[in-house]
Amino acid sequence: MTLSDANEAQAAEIIGWFPRPRSALIPLLHLAQAQDGYLTDGAMRRIAELVGATPAEVKGTAGFYEMFRFEPVGTYLVNVCTNISCLLWGGEELLEHACESLDVEVGGTTDDGMFTVEEAECIAACTEAPCLQVNYRYRGRVTPADFDRLIEDLRAGRAGIAGHGVLAQVRQSIPAERLAGVVPPEQAREAPVWLARNDVEAVR
Amino acid sequence: MTATEPETTVEITVDGAAVDAKPGEMLIAACERSGTYIPRFCYHSRMSPVGMCRMCLVEVDTGRGFALQPSCMVPVSEGMKVSTESEAAKKAQDGVLEFLLINHPLDCPVCDKGGECPLQDQTMAYGPGETRFVEEKRHFPKPIAISETVFLDRERCILCDRCTRFADEVAGDALIHFMGRGNHTEVNTFTGEPFASYFSGNTVQICPVGALTAAPYRFKARPWDLTESLSTAWVDSLGSRVAVQASRNRVLRVLGADADAVNWGWLSDKERFGFEALNSEARLPAPKIRAEADSDSREFRRAGWGEALEAVADALRAASPERVAVLGGARLTNEAQYMWAKLAKGVVGTDNVDSQLGDGLDPRLVLGLPRATIDDACRPGGTVLLVGPDPKEELPTLYLRLRHAIVNDGVRLVEVTPHATGLSHLAEHSLRPRPGTTAELVRALVLATDPDVLRSAAMEEPVLGALAAGSKSDRVSELRAALTTAETSFGTDRAGIESAARALSGAQGGLVAVLGRMSLAEPADILDDAARDLSRLPSVRVLPALRRGNAMGALEAGLAPDLVPGRMRLEEVGDGAPLAGCWPRLPASPGLDASGILRAAARGDIDVLVLLGADPLNDFVDRDLAYRGLRGASVVVAVDLFENDSVSLAARIVLPAAGPTECDGTFTNLEGRVSIMSRKVTPPGTARADWMIAADLSERLEPGSTDGLDPPQAIRAELARVSEVHAPLTEEALTQNHLEGVLLAGVGATGEAGGWHGGKEWRRSRRQAAPVTGPAGREDDPEAPAEGLNEGEFLLVATRTMYDDGMMLRHCPSSRDLAAAAAARINPADADRAGVEVGAAVRVVSDFGHIEATLTTDAGVPAGSLRVDWLAPGAPANRLIAAGTDVTVVRVEAW
Repeated sequence: MTLSDANEAQAAEIIGWFPRPRSALIPLLHLAQAQDGYLTDGAMRRIAELVGATPAEVKGTAGFYEMFRFEPVGTYLVNVCTNISCLLWGGEELLEHACESLDVEVGGTTDDGMFTVEEAECIAACTEAPCLQVNYRYRGRVTPADFDRLIEDLRAGRAGIAGHGVLAQVRQSIPAERLAGVVPPEQAREAPVWLARNDVEAVR
Repeated sequence: MTATEPETTVEITVDGAAVDAKPGEMLIAACERSGTYIPRFCYHSRMSPVGMCRMCLVEVDTGRGFALQPSCMVPVSEGMKVSTESEAAKKAQDGVLEFLLINHPLDCPVCDKGGECPLQDQTMAYGPGETRFVEEKRHFPKPIAISETVFLDRERCILCDRCTRFADEVAGDALIHFMGRGNHTEVNTFTGEPFASYFSGNTVQICPVGALTAAPYRFKARPWDLTESLSTAWVDSLGSRVAVQASRNRVLRVLGADADAVNWGWLSDKERFGFEALNSEARLPAPKIRAEADSDSREFRRAGWGEALEAVADALRAASPERVAVLGGARLTNEAQYMWAKLAKGVVGTDNVDSQLGDGLDPRLVLGLPRATIDDACRPGGTVLLVGPDPKEELPTLYLRLRHAIVNDGVRLVEVTPHATGLSHLAEHSLRPRPGTTAELVRALVLATDPDVLRSAAMEEPVLGALAAGSKSDRVSELRAALTTAETSFGTDRAGIESAARALSGAQGGLVAVLGRMSLAEPADILDDAARDLSRLPSVRVLPALRRGNAMGALEAGLAPDLVPGRMRLEEVGDGAPLAGCWPRLPASPGLDASGILRAAARGDIDVLVLLGADPLNDFVDRDLAYRGLRGASVVVAVDLFENDSVSLAARIVLPAAGPTECDGTFTNLEGRVSIMSRKVTPPGTARADWMIAADLSERLEPGSTDGLDPPQAIRAELARVSEVHAPLTEEALTQNHLEGVLLAGVGATGEAGGWHGGKEWRRSRRQAAPVTGPAGREDDPEAPAEGLNEGEFLLVATRTMYDDGMMLRHCPSSRDLAAAAAARINPADADRAGVEVGAAVRVVSDFGHIEATLTTDAGVPAGSLRVDWLAPGAPANRLIAAGTDVTVVRVEAW
């Protein structure tokens, strides 16, 4: 498995954002993971070609980050938080319920390949405890009943969460008032200040 | 290193004593130079500092009070105070060691590193002595073969980043990398991609623990049982300095020695593991003789030295001098080469002597051009023009030096090579001449370096252009002609030549041409022409990329036609007592080179053919001619370590010779640097040093001719007496320059200093420009890259690879399977034109022969060319080539 045609095009665009192709490595890894749910050997080889590194360097870099995965996962990756706030509000029970209802061990994938359940450390949504993520989209104050409904909706494709494969093409919609004011690269007029002058020349 | 020494110094205080440090130097290096050793694991003087291991923590005060800092990461600064033995520093080192040892298995008694292990040594010197860690240590599967030769033991690894840094920074093969994070970090390869680097053995040498071991030395010895001698690597002409280690009369390991001018401590795996062949059971133990070629029995019988040498002497006595020939000699030490030159030319009186097998450079060219050293080529800010073989394949350690210079010291590379090399991705300009047009391309390149000529040649009207150039009009028309020929090269356009020429003419800081034979399907005189044109460039100096070990020594010793020691031609030697009276006689007239010798032998004009470590069948460019020559010579005498294919085919008398670790002598590398080769073990059976064999034969033919030439030192002394070039080669000089060797003066950059007619003599008249042969171009597509070639036809490019089916590698257990299977490589754009599916087994056919190979595509091969390895197992490329042809056209056929 390598990159799909659509992702090849996107990869080319991402590489164009940076002064050196190697700088695009991490975004390309995200792209590949969004495509397959994990980093396939083929995708890492292709990324190595694209950025001018060896596959060992690509895997070595990816391996530094916990959230890059090297084993297949289900279409939906469910991360249940069991850190302190969630623990107090029933995170443990929620995880237990998730495993029981989906008939998997923690870290396992359902037989139909739909769901992988994992235990997460704090995902920074303590106000919404107990919380979980499905493919990194948040759901807060989840009761076991909510969880069952969520699974039902996901199976029916009603939850509004994309499975991996198309994830990279779906942008999370953030209300305008909550945007941090970051200018998208394609709209930037000036090169970022952190680029050295000769790098700017190189980009041009 | 190569830069001029900085004059300013920085004064620092180390443990209360004032120390002068070099600006920018790391603290750990400054302390070491001044005699204060700071313990370390990750720091290596030839690689960039990373501060991984924290073992070198010392207290540093730069004005804000003492604080612990890793001395490998802190550059010296004026007034810096350092305390390497303070309470805090000692506690830090003790603590670091305790942490490092938490998961280290302490299996020292069964570890190959035990006894020479920095972790072991520094634990004894700086460590806690007791462990407080009572829990179970980590366990991993082990050992893991990360390549064919290198094994990884993860439990022992302390994550110092030396091997991974080497692979990335030095070798440029980042095939091993840290994976995982924190406690889970490990050195690993990518799935299914082993650490198949030509330099993998270096990681074993620099590993500060026993985590990396190499197959040839695993469980073979304990370090304290080894004795060591400084010597010189013999597998290529770079002459890397090595430490040869032996135990109980057997060489067990070769390590790189850090000679600043040569190999920086690095070795290619061939240099490092090539010694295995010397321990092979296949070594010739005793002389052997067999009956004439047409007799019933072709079996060898074992013979005594007396009988075998007398048989050779009889054959030499019976033959008239011009019917005697000697091929080979690059394996020998300088002393043995001199003795063989003296035997052949001074005693027998034949000049049919050639140490190169038609795959080298014209000796007059090698000896007559202003010579560059490796340091000259790598001087920061300089420019290197590579017109020669792929350094990564043929001179791998030179590749490491050049790579470092390009990556770190701003050296610019312009390459003119028939296919992509290991340095292509670092080259500023890569020109790919169509086979047969290399000389024209180089001429165009050189002419275009003159801006006037270039500008005028670009003008539309020839007359106008000539007028504009004034007195340079000759060169303008020459450039036009050369450009026209070169432009028919596929993939080489005018703009490429022009911009490469601008890089050459703008060369600040010196221009060094690395000149060597590239494709063996092109004749040697292409290089003569290229060199002739290159010498027009002002201040160019040349580093000859010679093939085979001591090839330079052989030329300096006179093992080439019309040459005697001292870079003199026969006619230049005085009539009186030739060569200081040391030689009884001289050949009457200049003799034949390798192809001349083989042609003469094939005609039946050679009575005695001596193969001095030569295997013409596999190494000469034309296998058919080699075969006919070997069969045509009346008596073939072989002096060799192994019974190679040529010996099996034709030798009547076989004399076993001592190998490179089995005799004393000296070696001359491609720079002309003479360094010591050390006898470390005795040769197998009754094998003798090559110089002894020559001396014995000389005595039998001319009693008294070798009086007093007993130990190699005495031979060296005579060589220094007869040859002005070798005069600096005194025992004192060799001892003083034990590590780096003594540089023999080449022809100076001005062409004045000594040497071969001031570097002019080799400039013989230029060969006629090779017409671009082949049938007419395809009319349907004038832009077709393969202009002039019919469907399915290609121009052959045959180049050497590091691992091949050569005799030495066949007997190296760790390397013999590394030679790639025969492949016929073509440009992906040519895939349709080949007429055969890519990936299929094909027969590559020329007018002269064929080989079987797998058809593959390779973007590094220009369209229209077909590249094969020189000596792939079962597919020697010299079956396809006839000596002397400019261009070899081949077809691929389904098979």
